[in-house]
Amino acid sequence: MLSSNFQPDRELLIAALQAIHPKPLILTKPEELKPYECDGLSAYRKLPLVVVLPDTLEQVQSILRICHAQKVPVVARGAGTGLSGGALPHEQGVLLSLAKFTQILEINPERRTATVQPGVRNLAITQAVDHLGLYYAPDPSSQIACTIGGNVAENSGGVHCLKYGLTVHNILQIKLVTIEGELLTIGSHSLDAPGYDLLALITGSEGMLGVIVEVTVKLLPKPERVQVLLAAFDDVIKAGATVGAIISAGIIPAGLEMMDGPAIQAAEDFAQAGYPTNAAAILLCELDGTNAEVSEQLMRVHDILLQSAATEVRTAKDAQERATFWKGRKSAFPAVGRISPDYYCMDGTIPRKHLPQVLQSINEFSEEFGLAVANVFHAGDGNLHPLILFDANQPGELERAEAFGGKILELCVQVGGTITGEHGVGMEKINQMCAQFNNLELTQFHAVKAAFDPEGLLNPGKAVPTLQRCAEFGAMHVHQGQLPHAELERF
Amino acid sequence: MKEHDLSPALQARVLDAYAQGRALNIQAGNSKAWYGNPSQGEVLSVANHHGILNYEPSELVITARAGTPLIELETALAAENQCLAFEPPHFAATATLGGTIACNFSGSARPYLGAARDFILGCKLINGKGEILQFGGQVMKNVAGYDVSRLMAGALGTLGLLLEISVRVLPKPETTLTLIKTLSAKDMLQQANAYARLPLPLSACAYVDGQAYIRLAGSEGSVKQAAKIMGGEPLPEHENFWFKLREQQLAFFQTEQNLWRLSLPADTAVLTLEGEQIYDWGGAQRWLVSNLDAASLRELVTKAGGHATLFRRSAKPTQTTASSFQALSSELMRYHRQLKQAFDPRGIFNPNRLYIGL
Ligand SMILES: Cc1cc2nc3c(=O)[nH]c(=O)nc-3n(C[C@H](O)[C@H](O)[C@H](O)COP(=O)(O)OP(=O)(O)OC[C@H]3O[C@@H](n4cnc5c(N)ncnc54)[C@H](O)[C@@H]3O)c2cc1C
Repeated sequence: MLSSNFQPDRELLIAALQAIHPKPLILTKPEELKPYECDGLSAYRKLPLVVVLPDTLEQVQSILRICHAQKVPVVARGAGTGLSGGALPHEQGVLLSLAKFTQILEINPERRTATVQPGVRNLAITQAVDHLGLYYAPDPSSQIACTIGGNVAENSGGVHCLKYGLTVHNILQIKLVTIEGELLTIGSHSLDAPGYDLLALITGSEGMLGVIVEVTVKLLPKPERVQVLLAAFDDVIKAGATVGAIISAGIIPAGLEMMDGPAIQAAEDFAQAGYPTNAAAILLCELDGTNAEVSEQLMRVHDILLQSAATEVRTAKDAQERATFWKGRKSAFPAVGRISPDYYCMDGTIPRKHLPQVLQSINEFSEEFGLAVANVFHAGDGNLHPLILFDANQPGELERAEAFGGKILELCVQVGGTITGEHGVGMEKINQMCAQFNNLELTQFHAVKAAFDPEGLLNPGKAVPTLQRCAEFGAMHVHQGQLPHAELERF
Repeated sequence: MKEHDLSPALQARVLDAYAQGRALNIQAGNSKAWYGNPSQGEVLSVANHHGILNYEPSELVITARAGTPLIELETALAAENQCLAFEPPHFAATATLGGTIACNFSGSARPYLGAARDFILGCKLINGKGEILQFGGQVMKNVAGYDVSRLMAGALGTLGLLLEISVRVLPKPETTLTLIKTLSAKDMLQQANAYARLPLPLSACAYVDGQAYIRLAGSEGSVKQAAKIMGGEPLPEHENFWFKLREQQLAFFQTEQNLWRLSLPADTAVLTLEGEQIYDWGGAQRWLVSNLDAASLRELVTKAGGHATLFRRSAKPTQTTASSFQALSSELMRYHRQLKQAFDPRGIFNPNRLYIGL
């Protein structure tokens, strides 16, 4: 089993790292380590022993060999925008930043691929191929900052993944350095590769199986036309039902997003997107494709929205208005960050049909815990992002927010969904993993981990809980809808 | 067909084989018994473990037991105007969902819409220790835990016995149209790649006997508009052509020689090889009927950035010694063995079917 007690010799470690030739950038002073103490989930903070910022593949291999030999934990880090504490440093370990790997190695317009280093920002890929009429489809809201290495490690999605898929659907090949310092090429530049689908296994593995040092992504042609509709509703439930109606009509929008009243208000104050602030919910529906296809779908969606009792339907007049509609949605997180000292972003996914019921329960939990919530969803694929508002400086509020969040996630599992749609388990949802998977399944995950990293040096303590941890969590453990002592009130 | 849950019996068989370290040869419809290296072990049939468990069209997902015939699944989907967008080949009426996923077989739409593996949302399986485990789920976005479900695609049953699978489904396109053009192989490849760089509603692109077959799918207006740009002649009853290509019923496939599947980067030039070739996937999948020896073929294909699978072996015994799948690097093979160990520690599932020693 994976031990969490590592006792590396700091001096020995630093000496070995410094002996790497050419020497990578090594940070050891507390004030240098501080910027790395957390990722996008700032509730968890730790300082690593050392931060290393290599800029060659050979350096990455040497660093991993040293850590392997000295039994030192390694946490890989891209831009640190992760929202589940995945890049939270280990106190006894090395924080391995890939931030210096920012080169686009090859753009191949014929093949429609780009091969890039892991520290390249998501949006930088699309910008680099824009002149070819191509783009990289997955577009997390954090795309100006997050790295492709982090995207692969989290299997990130975005507002367009309903139609274009997640990271796993949009990459062809990666290069991975194992904890032993070996370089593996996984996948290929063809559409498949012989052997097991390790590309799928590594995607979303949260830095637990190896360090990604190169990624080849697929590029798509930019659609001929894009249209965005904005529909307002006086009732969240009606908006939720409309999502199902659009998809049942055989239309797969490029994006289908929903925001509730508090989220609309916050986004409007922040981004002045012209949202109807008196609405209980808005839907943003983006249609893309050929000119003809978009025209036809636009009419059909328009009809569905009106039949679904939308109180107002707007179609963006031009690219600028389209960008404005999206601006509000894409800045929803920072917007909520302005109205509340802290917020806690959840990431459960549910079968769409349960949307009304789950929204109702979230409102009830909100009253129960005495904390407000603003809801932003990737509604088309049932991925919820309730933002729980709290103030970490008020004693007990963080714990209440976490307990509230935990209940939402367990509810997602109960209705047949999952605790995380795109942000990953990281440190944050480690307890809820015990609700989603039983001991046999968790043991299977540990066996997969051991196939790559038997000593558990890569990102220890994240993504998959130990059975012992689940046993401890068991007092509050909900498994497949069965709460122990369901008759008792819970706070 | 009445639905039927055989999981307790299947589990008992696996537990028994695990206890005794006995090899099992997992079968369902037995429609692809020829695929992969020769099977070993006692037959464990999943065919009677069948039935659709959950299908809600508005959720775009269907869950069925592994032994469910593909035909049954496709009929249920068609009734709701939906489909398996990866267009799996059947190769026989008995083909099942489980076998399709285990082989990761996808049809002509693959480059434009994705492979079988892209549509998997979750699965329930029995691992080599006889434990019933569930991964993924019925929702499209799910990153809790490692993606074990997708790992099962193409593993040929060597990591686990699939019990249930959830796959994403899509609405059927409103219209489809196939254009044919007489072109050289070089021009076909050039056009296929050029079209793929443009926002056109492409859904298949093949090359057979000096003719390019380009299929468009989407709304009526959009298909018409694209057809105007692309030129070529519409092919009447075009479904028939794609069906024969997918099911390997074209004259090309009626052969005594080895049938190779070459998987190549999209922009690979024409490869002049002994034997006959046809292209699918816009040139990224090429079928080769040839007596060429495996080693030289694989060397050539590897140089081009691809790999060659001995898809169907010639009936002549002299041609059958090569392994079905292209060898992995020694480092990759090591991780394959370790993963096999993680799922099937006594090596009871389909030994050697994928690689010798797995
Ligand atoms: C405002 C905001 C909006 C967001 N919106 C979205 C969204 O719409 N969709 C979405 O999916 N996510 C979203 N996120 C979450 C986050 O941006 C993604 O998870 C992103 O992929 C993380 O990339 P990163 O480079 O910041 O990775 P980091 O946070 O640095 O790391 C994330 C994880 O990946 C591992 N890792 C990083 N690089 C490597 C590597 N090279 N090799 C191996 N492991 C590695 C780390 O160890 C860690 O476990 C959002 C975050 C913020 C702050």
